[in-house]
Amino acid sequence: MPESTDGKRVNLKELKSGGFIKQTQRDLFTVRLRVPGGRLDIDKMAKIAEVAKKYSRMGYCHLSFRQSVEIIGVHIDDFDALVKELAEFGQEVASCGPRVRVPTACGGCEYNPNGIMDAQKKALEVDKDLFGTECHHKFKISFSGCPIDCARTKGMDLGFQGVVTPQWEEDPCTKCTLCAKACLEGAIVDDEDGTPIFYSEKCVQCGDCIKVCPTDAWTAKRKGWIVRAGGRHGRHPREADEIVKFLPDEKVTDFISKTIEWYNKNGKRGERIGKTFDRVGLKTFKDEVAPSFLTE
Amino acid sequence: MSENEIDEKIDLRGVLCPINFVKTKLKLETMESDQILEVTLDDGEPMRNVPRSVKEDGHKIVKVEKSGDDFKIYIKKS
Repeated sequence: MPESTDGKRVNLKELKSGGFIKQTQRDLFTVRLRVPGGRLDIDKMAKIAEVAKKYSRMGYCHLSFRQSVEIIGVHIDDFDALVKELAEFGQEVASCGPRVRVPTACGGCEYNPNGIMDAQKKALEVDKDLFGTECHHKFKISFSGCPIDCARTKGMDLGFQGVVTPQWEEDPCTKCTLCAKACLEGAIVDDEDGTPIFYSEKCVQCGDCIKVCPTDAWTAKRKGWIVRAGGRHGRHPREADEIVKFLPDEKVTDFISKTIEWYNKNGKRGERIGKTFDRVGLKTFKDEVAPSFLTE
Repeated sequence: MSENEIDEKIDLRGVLCPINFVKTKLKLETMESDQILEVTLDDGEPMRNVPRSVKEDGHKIVKVEKSGDDFKIYIKKS
């Protein structure tokens, strides 16, 4: 945050939600833009480039690890003008500090053949509803459309990863064995005549069997999200715990709200939610938040 | 599948993904609707990827045969 308290130089209200990050160079700041899911309309991208060219005193942008465009080397005196110019084409500044950050997401199911759930759509929704919500520390949320988990849900305060539960019907099956070939987990094995035997405990719910099946003998029983919480990277990384094995799509925002409510009640200032789990017990969180979302 | 049911053949053993799929696709483009293409593929990655991509393009895999260490898939053009 800027150290200057001179209200005339800069609109402090703008800075309150963060997005302006102090640099080593005196009076220069990095301005982080709000780009949910890392998807940028091309016209908008071109306009950002124009603004960056005008205001960056260092001549470059940085693509942040959370999919944002950061304009490097913006002078503190230029903040107001920059924010105003960005707003003209609907581009907002992102956040830093103890609050819900801009959600990240994988490219999404609209064009990636592995996609199961619409990670991009969800990132936009959550950004709209919950971005900037104050809590005890930074709060990072991500969405991965499938179990390949490009959005690294295990390293997030809250991560949602798409899953599809497969089901098999005998009638359409031609015993071609392609499903067993497609399954990387050994969850589908052929018996002698080529009939698939399904070991559900090995299944990671990626849907590869459904995608390959030439006769639609494998179909989707249901699609939704695995929910993980308490992850972080940084100095003391912690792998997220699996909280819910299956969450219907329409419950995502509600789940996040309930989690933040619990975190604000049970956590401490400066403590990530994973640390709160370790202090008060993950079970407490699971017992108090998860039950109303369980479907099985 | 008997020889007289097969309209075209392509042997893609040793061809890597996704070139094997691209070659399959190009071959299918030279064929008529409902004709059958026999594709010979290595086991492993090609067998995991090519059939799925063929399905995504709307064609139908009507049969899969093991042929030594390799596989033959029979595609009916959409």
